[in-house]
Amino acid sequence: MPGLKEIRKRIGSVKSTKQITKAMKMVAAAKFRKAQTRILELRPYADKMNSVLTSLAKTVETGHPLLEIRPRKRIEVLALTGDKGLCGAFNTNIMKAAFKLIKEMQSDTIDVSVSAIGKKGTDLLKRRGLVTRQSWLGIAGRISYLNAKEITGDIIENYINETFDEVILIYNEFKSALVQKVSVVRLLPLAPVKTEESEVQEPAASFIYEPSQQAIFDNLLPKNLEIQVFRALLESQASEEAARMTAMENATKAADDMIASLTLQYNKARQASITKELMDIVGGVEALKA
Amino acid sequence: MENKLRLDIVTPHGLVLSEDVDEVAATGTEGEFGVLPGHVPFITTLKIGMLVLKKDSKTEYVFVSSGYAEVSPDKVVILADSAERSEDIDVERAKAAIKRAEERLRQEEKVDFARATAALERAAIRIQIAERRVAR
Repeated sequence: MPGLKEIRKRIGSVKSTKQITKAMKMVAAAKFRKAQTRILELRPYADKMNSVLTSLAKTVETGHPLLEIRPRKRIEVLALTGDKGLCGAFNTNIMKAAFKLIKEMQSDTIDVSVSAIGKKGTDLLKRRGLVTRQSWLGIAGRISYLNAKEITGDIIENYINETFDEVILIYNEFKSALVQKVSVVRLLPLAPVKTEESEVQEPAASFIYEPSQQAIFDNLLPKNLEIQVFRALLESQASEEAARMTAMENATKAADDMIASLTLQYNKARQASITKELMDIVGGVEALKA
Repeated sequence: MENKLRLDIVTPHGLVLSEDVDEVAATGTEGEFGVLPGHVPFITTLKIGMLVLKKDSKTEYVFVSSGYAEVSPDKVVILADSAERSEDIDVERAKAAIKRAEERLRQEEKVDFARATAALERAAIRIQIAERRVAR
């Protein structure tokens, strides 16, 4: 049985840990609210952008390089994680999904390259002995549209150069403060949106384009991609803070439990020592009497 | 809703407007265009400008910076980088932006000319739209 002093020390240290986790929870909660507002504001725009593209893609015949499907020779997996830990399974979930995907896709004919957004993803890949093609650090926490632009620019450039023939993004989709879902989406080729209806070959109302179809597509496709990446960044940000909030909440609760059980142990030990002393005194008195 | 157009204006900062209107006029890169219910499908890039919507007998003005417009017979979707209804325009901020842009244009070395002129244009049109609101 540990001595009284040791137990007291441990209670002290658990208490200070609890203070830290509690503070981190508050910070995460504040950041979470901000991140949540941003993603909720962006969603309608991203959805509308997608639906505009869907209706356009139905009528389009031109082979835009970003729409073109090439035989898959090299696939790029883009894992979107955070820069920091202490947020439960947030980063692990992403990497698990990424490793599974890489394993599934890698074959004699298909090569897989990985890139990571976020320090955690980069580190975890390194630990597994995988070389990242590209890694973007220090984005989480202060995401701006420029980050999305930079990432998209890199992807598009490499896609057009045929460095890879498909790009898959894995990120945490924000469902609610308690639920985040790992989501795997294909960024490129921009899915020439599955049009089941188009099999009917009903001449889907053809659009008038101004300035021209080509110009609209050259403009709209990269923009759409940027928005999708930006959305993923914000989704991930909100998810990360939500996950951290939950993790820190649990840690605080665990610390409470630990303090309770340590206090019990401490009291028991204290009682035992008092009883022992009493026994000694009584024993001494008895001995004197004899 | 017969003979009405559904107008949705969305920006990365949220939904600005979603209403049934009678008529919409906006500024495309190739010039201004007007849309009435039953318009043929049409898609265009937008330039910084004013969007006018008529609803019943009321006219409203909305500031729209560059983006896209998708028009279908019963619906108009505006995807803009930013958009503000005339009553939400911050005139003071726009005036400050004009001053800033003009100063930047005056210093001749190393000015991002395109950016400064775009900022100037945005601010000028914002003020123009805001003034319309006051005039009414």
